[in-house]
Amino acid sequence: MLTMETNISKIRQDFPALKRLVRGRDLVYLDNAATTLKPQSVIDAITHYYTDLSSNVHRGVHFLSEESTARFEEAREKVSQFISARQSAEIVFTRGTTDAINLVSQSYGKTFIKSGDEILITEMEHHSNIVSWQILCKEKGCVLKVAPITDEGELVMDEFEKLIGPKTKMIALVYVSNVLGTINPVKDIIRLAHERNIPVLIDGAQAVGQFPVDVVDLDCDFFAFSAHKMFGPTGVGVLYAKAEYLNLMPPIQGGGDMILSVSFDKTTYNTIPYKFEAGTPNIAGVIGLGAAVEYINQLGFESIVQHEKDISAYLTQSLGEVEGLKIIGRAKNKVPIASFVLDHVHPHDIGTIIDEEGVAVRTGHHCAQPLMSRYGLPATARASFSLYNTKEEVDILIKAIEKVKAVFK
Amino acid sequence: MTDNRELYQQVILEHNRKPRNFGKIETYTHRAHGDNPLCGDAYDVYLSINTDGLIEEINFDGHGCAISKASASMMTASLKGKTVEEAEGLFEEFHQLIMKKMDPNKDTHKLGKLTVFSGIWQYPARVKCATLSWHTMKGALNHTSEITTEV
Ligand SMILES: Cc1ncc(COP(=O)(O)O)c(C=O)c1O
Repeated sequence: MLTMETNISKIRQDFPALKRLVRGRDLVYLDNAATTLKPQSVIDAITHYYTDLSSNVHRGVHFLSEESTARFEEAREKVSQFISARQSAEIVFTRGTTDAINLVSQSYGKTFIKSGDEILITEMEHHSNIVSWQILCKEKGCVLKVAPITDEGELVMDEFEKLIGPKTKMIALVYVSNVLGTINPVKDIIRLAHERNIPVLIDGAQAVGQFPVDVVDLDCDFFAFSAHKMFGPTGVGVLYAKAEYLNLMPPIQGGGDMILSVSFDKTTYNTIPYKFEAGTPNIAGVIGLGAAVEYINQLGFESIVQHEKDISAYLTQSLGEVEGLKIIGRAKNKVPIASFVLDHVHPHDIGTIIDEEGVAVRTGHHCAQPLMSRYGLPATARASFSLYNTKEEVDILIKAIEKVKAVFK
Repeated sequence: MTDNRELYQQVILEHNRKPRNFGKIETYTHRAHGDNPLCGDAYDVYLSINTDGLIEEINFDGHGCAISKASASMMTASLKGKTVEEAEGLFEEFHQLIMKKMDPNKDTHKLGKLTVFSGIWQYPARVKCATLSWHTMKGALNHTSEITTEV
C-alpha cells in the first residue's frame, strides 16, 4: 500500500475545487471543519441521479423510480455498515446534524423528558447541541446542565461525573469539538451514563470521516452527523439511533412516505426509519453521501488517521513557533483543527489578510459562543485540515500569519 | 487582484492602535448598543447632545476588528462638534461611499478622512464591520437602544 504522503498528490486530483485559483494563487483550503471539499466521485453520483434517474423514491412501480429507490436504499446500507450499525433501519436520513439533534429533542425529548428533569451537555458544544435542548427546556420545564472543560480544552471528568444525577434524563455531547479539535472520551461517558440508565446522544459532526466510528462499540443511543463534513453534499445527514429508541419515538413530521395507511379517522405510521422521513427526501444528497462513504472506504482509515496525526503534530509545532500566537485547544487527543488568536490582532483581520494569500480559514465564534465566553474571547481564527492538505500548506499558513503580523506591527 | 494595503491603510491601523474618544462617558443624552452577531463585534456609542442639537461629546466602547474599531474612532472624531442634522447627513454620505454609490473624487461630500473606507466594497464580508458603529450612532439618535447588523 502506498503511504498517504506519496498518495496525496493523487488524492488532490480527486477534488476539482483544489484546482481553483483564489486571487491568482493556489487555493489553500483550511476550512474543512465548516465543510469539506467534494471529490469528483461524489459530484458524479449526484449528477448521475439528476441525469439518468431523476425519479422519486418509494413510490413508483416504474423502472426509474425503482432504480432511484435501489440507489437510495443502497446508500442507507453503506452508511449503516460504515458506522457499524446493527441494521440499516437504524439510519434515519435528515437534513444534517442540526436536524438530527432536533429530531431527538423534539421526539424523544418531548415524550420522555419531564419538568424538573436534567439534560447534561458540555461547555464545548456547537449551538445545535445547545439551542435544541434549550427549546425543549423552555417547552417542558427541564433544566440544562453544563459540564466544564479545562483551559487545555478537555472535559473535567470527575466534574462531569458529579453532574450526572438522579434527574439526568439525557446526556448530549460532542465527539470532536469543531473549535478545539478535542476528541472526547465518549465511550467512557456512555459507560458511566448506562450504569445509571441514561441515554447518550453523540454529536459526531466532526468525527465521522476523520477516524472509524463504531456505534455498537461506543454503545451510544443516538449519533448525529452531516454528509457535508465528510466529503458529501450539503443538506443531508444522519440520525443513527438504536432501534429500541426509534420504535418508542413518535414522528415529529407528518406527510408522505412516513405512513402505512391514512384515513381521516386513523393513520398508521410506517416502520422505522421511514416514519421519521416524511416527504420526498434529498435523494441526490443521500446518493452523494453513499458515494462519500465509498470514497473514504477506498482510501482506508489507516492512512487517513496516520496523515491526520502527522499534520496535527506539524501544525501544532509550527503554530507554536509563531511569536504572539496562542492556540486555543491543546487537548492531548485531538484532530487537526487549530483555533488560534494573535496578540493585538482581531481574528477577522487575520482572516481577511491571509485570504489575500489564498488561505481560507474560518474566523468568528464558530457557532460556539458559550465556548468563546469560556475562554474570554469574542472570536478565534481556525485552521482545520483534511486528508488532502499537506505540510506545505501548513508552511503557507505560517507565512501568511507572519504577513498579518507585519501589517499590524 | 485586490491588495490588503488598500484595506489596511496606515490611518486605519493607527486609529485601531490608538482609538479616539474610546471608553464610556458618565453623562450622556443618547446611547445605543450595536452587535454584529456573525462575528461578535460589539460597541456602545454614547452621545451628549445639547439643547441646540450640537454633539458636544461622542464616545464609543467595546471590541471588534481593526476595521470596525478604526471606523468607530474616525466616526467619533468627525462627528464631535457637529449638529445632529450634520451627523445624519454624514451617515448618509458614508453609506453611499461604502456601497460604492458615490465617487469620493468626483461627487461633492463632507466625508474628509472617512474616504479611506472607499475601497471596502471589494471586501463584502467587511462592509458590516465599517458600518456597525455608524448604525449604532444612528440608533442612539433615534432612541433605538439595541442595533444589530442582521435583520
Ligand atoms: C460539532 C458540530 N456539531 C454540529 C454541527 C452542525 O452541522 P450542520 O450545520 O451540518 O447541521 C457542526 C457544523 O458546524 C459541528 O461542527
